[in-house]
Amino acid sequence: MINTLLTIALSLFILAIILALYRIIRGPSMPDRVVALDMIGVNLISGVAVFSVVLHTHAFLEVILIVGILAFISTLALARFVERGDIVEHKHNR
Amino acid sequence: MSINTIAEYFGVVLILIGSIMAVISAIGILRLPDVYTRSHAATKSSTLAVLLSLSGTFIYFWASENFISVRLLLGITFVFLTAPVSGHLITRAAYRSNVKLADSSTEDALEELFKK
Repeated sequence: MINTLLTIALSLFILAIILALYRIIRGPSMPDRVVALDMIGVNLISGVAVFSVVLHTHAFLEVILIVGILAFISTLALARFVERGDIVEHKHNR
Repeated sequence: MSINTIAEYFGVVLILIGSIMAVISAIGILRLPDVYTRSHAATKSSTLAVLLSLSGTFIYFWASENFISVRLLLGITFVFLTAPVSGHLITRAAYRSNVKLADSSTEDALEELFKK
């Protein structure tokens, strides 16, 4: 019973990731793609949590933190890139 | 049925509700018309989905193995703090790089502020 429910939940997360992937391929503007990428990161976090419940192990719980931090930093960098055109600014005149 | 089994089922049902919320927000990101409403769907309901599923995982591990995972609590706090920040940042970047609003939207309160 528990395994069936967890399998259903895992396949629903995979379905959500596939739908967001369609938005990444199709999306008319660059910020659309970044929003969908952020959502893929969030769904990946919950997918890893469900996967560690399925396998009865604690070993994947660090992955949640790492993927969360990486998704946040990448969204930050991509937002800066969309807004200004580069990520690291060079100081010409100070 | 012992109390641990009931708590395990409670955690699994929380995970299932979270996955249904994730699919609903994915449908929202497909169907909504422009990037601002899409960011609404991707930020708020997706955060709810990840919070529900991580809380379900925490309750499951607590009930089945008496294991209180501090990393899971840290992950919940981190996602809860950073998801609105990243949503706001990407929406602001979209407005500053002149992405059009949807045709059905009626009011743009920021327009005269950015005109100068």
